[in-house]
Amino acid sequence: MSDFFTVSVLLATLAAGIRLATPFLLAALGETLGQRSGVLNLGVEGVMLLGAYGAYYATLRTESVLLGIVIGLAVGGAMGIVYGVVTLALKAEQGISGIGIFIFGLGLSDLLFQKQVGTPTPIDGLGDLAIPVLGDLPWVGEVLFHQNVLVYVAFLLVPAMWYLINRTPFGMNVRAVGETPEAADSLGVSVNRTRYITIFVGNALAGLAGASLALELGIFQQNLTNGHGFIAVALVYFGAWRPVGVMAGSMVFGLVSAMVLQWKTLGIVVGTTASIVGMFPAVLTILVLVLVSRRTGSPSALTRPFERGH
Amino acid sequence: MAPTTAGDLLLEMEGITKRFPGVVANEAVDFDVRRGEVHTLLGENGAGKSTLMKILYGLYHADEGEVRLSGKPVTINSPSDAIDRGIGMIHQHFMLVPTLTVAENVALGLPPIRRIRQDLGPVRERISELSDAYGLQVDPDAYIWQLAVGERQRVEIMKAIYRDVSLLILDEPTSVLTPAEVDDLFVTLRQMTDGGRGLVFISHKLHEVMALSDRITVLRGGRVTGRTMPSETSREQLAHMMVGREVQLAPTRLESKAAEARLKVKDLNVLGDRGTPAVTDFDLEVRSGEVVGIAGVSGNGQRELAEALAGLRPVVSGEVVMNGVETTDRTPKEIRRLGVSYIPEERMRDGAIGEFSVAENLILTDHDRPPISRRGLLDFKQIEDGCSDLVRRFTVKTPTLDTPTANLSGGNIQKLVIARELSGEPELLIASQPTRGVDIGAAEYIHTVLMDQRAGGTAILLISEDLDEVIGLSDRIAVMFEGRIMGTLDQEEATVQRLGLLMAGVSE
Repeated sequence: MSDFFTVSVLLATLAAGIRLATPFLLAALGETLGQRSGVLNLGVEGVMLLGAYGAYYATLRTESVLLGIVIGLAVGGAMGIVYGVVTLALKAEQGISGIGIFIFGLGLSDLLFQKQVGTPTPIDGLGDLAIPVLGDLPWVGEVLFHQNVLVYVAFLLVPAMWYLINRTPFGMNVRAVGETPEAADSLGVSVNRTRYITIFVGNALAGLAGASLALELGIFQQNLTNGHGFIAVALVYFGAWRPVGVMAGSMVFGLVSAMVLQWKTLGIVVGTTASIVGMFPAVLTILVLVLVSRRTGSPSALTRPFERGH
Repeated sequence: MAPTTAGDLLLEMEGITKRFPGVVANEAVDFDVRRGEVHTLLGENGAGKSTLMKILYGLYHADEGEVRLSGKPVTINSPSDAIDRGIGMIHQHFMLVPTLTVAENVALGLPPIRRIRQDLGPVRERISELSDAYGLQVDPDAYIWQLAVGERQRVEIMKAIYRDVSLLILDEPTSVLTPAEVDDLFVTLRQMTDGGRGLVFISHKLHEVMALSDRITVLRGGRVTGRTMPSETSREQLAHMMVGREVQLAPTRLESKAAEARLKVKDLNVLGDRGTPAVTDFDLEVRSGEVVGIAGVSGNGQRELAEALAGLRPVVSGEVVMNGVETTDRTPKEIRRLGVSYIPEERMRDGAIGEFSVAENLILTDHDRPPISRRGLLDFKQIEDGCSDLVRRFTVKTPTLDTPTANLSGGNIQKLVIARELSGEPELLIASQPTRGVDIGAAEYIHTVLMDQRAGGTAILLISEDLDEVIGLSDRIAVMFEGRIMGTLDQEEATVQRLGLLMAGVSE
């Protein structure tokens, strides 16, 4: 254990934690926006897988990471439109539709991978981008400012999302539609148009989250995301539907995951113990959800399709 | 109808027909509103008032008919269309977002002043100006959830005035207000008509209709059954037009001797759904052969009180004695076995199961014991006989005993619940809003049944927001305000004015 408590290992663990928090954060911020407008999407995991595969495949073929990122966003956005049609236009039950999206994404991403790539081929993923000046700061620079571009994007999206929800006319519509859609409708705010936009943006971010995972690792494989998307949904509850809270939750998960990885690498935990310690994040999710289950702040119209005159 | 020039007419609806599967909600209805008048739409639940107004507001589409505004035919497909044409609507249930402020609720749906950064400064200023001009006290920065119902109603009015509507529809706007708040509301509404606006007032409260209207149109079963004015009619006549026959508005109360106490409540404390005190240090006694009324504006602890007495809500402290037995720790079933019956305020949530048949709902409290069931098996012969008898005695209109309860009208569902609750000949009856939302005919019948029970020696606790009902039926009336009894009046001394003050929290 003493191996772990050295400055260099601790700093590396913190830096890794922030990197590992990024896919959670991107996906959970997107899901926050959707949920604030009253739409639950349990299919984040499936959208992440498709985004991850899209980004991986585009980068593999063109060797352009930027194109990979764009494809990740686009695939996510396209899934958002699909999910919007299913839950808003066709008014399907949201919980079950989300599970459907997950299974669809899981299967399709693997199928495409088998057909189009077949053997695991690594790509040159995202490299670190050191921020001038800030990156030279001792300790802080190493932890915060030697990260890949999507890490910066994710953390900058936290204040951006807060601003969008709380300080813009559109954000006010989102909050109104998520709480009392009848009231919004009676004042001429289009409930479903607002929700289409939030779902589109939210799913695009889920796609980007998947892309960040694939481009960070430089590979794709079946079920690459391995539960990230489900945890992201849980983090929205953990964060009480607020971007800052969601960020805090993502950080906790990222850091715990980094710590567990580091312990395995250093041989602090091995064999069965390692497997048990590896379950930490999952146990944490359950504990957190039990603790926040009584918390208020959930958008009142969450999962409720809007139908005029009812 | 008095001759008018077309210029006076703000709204004309002609030959409006709207059909829902199996029902004609509006049949060839003609309705118009002039500038500066209040035109009331009167009718029972299901008469088609709300449907007609929802068509006007773009929430429904008419199958036939024409809508004209200031003489020009218009098509209104959505609330936005209605808003664009200067039509506003105050709905029966508040259309406010509780987590937004007053200013945000007013600004919702309006074109944003700035596209990116929300700027509500001008909205706040305008709200203050309008507050002064109309005497509508509202704080633009308060969150809706912090406001009392009377204040919320003012926010609804503010939304309409802010949008400068020329035609405002008010769908039962007084159902949650105290009498004094109703008076204030009417003053504001008169100010609005003086400015040339036209108002449509939807109500079934006859005294309010008589007080506010310029003209009255009565609907029954989707058709217009009368057009009149307050100066030319009476409450009795209006009721006749609504129901289609003579109705007795005030129940007959015979002399009855109150005897031994059946319900004693002492220092009762109960929490509400959010864990805050809902009933505080509550004392009450109801004796056999008397009706004790609980009046009050909705949300002042009446529901929690009824639920606590019925064993459905935990009691924090205090004593409840029914028929000499302490019941605070008893289950609902044990309490029922003491001869207590309960008519809950939400009949479709707590009183009956919509998917169950009429017969199943009628045996819901007795299905697990003789004579309904023996050795774990239901006795269908017994059920059919018993239920047929109840349906006949309580005039529940149903095609068969196997009909799903949800298919009955509100009044008949309520009669069904009452039939079940009274079938065991209770010694104590807790009746919560027994006639809310039922038609006048059913209400008249329910009142008679309650009076019969009282004459037979049942102790009745009547919780109601309908002051006419409370005054008409009760021997004593306790007024609840913020979980406490503000005062108790005997029937002879109870007037709407005195009760109204107590309901507003003003002690005498």
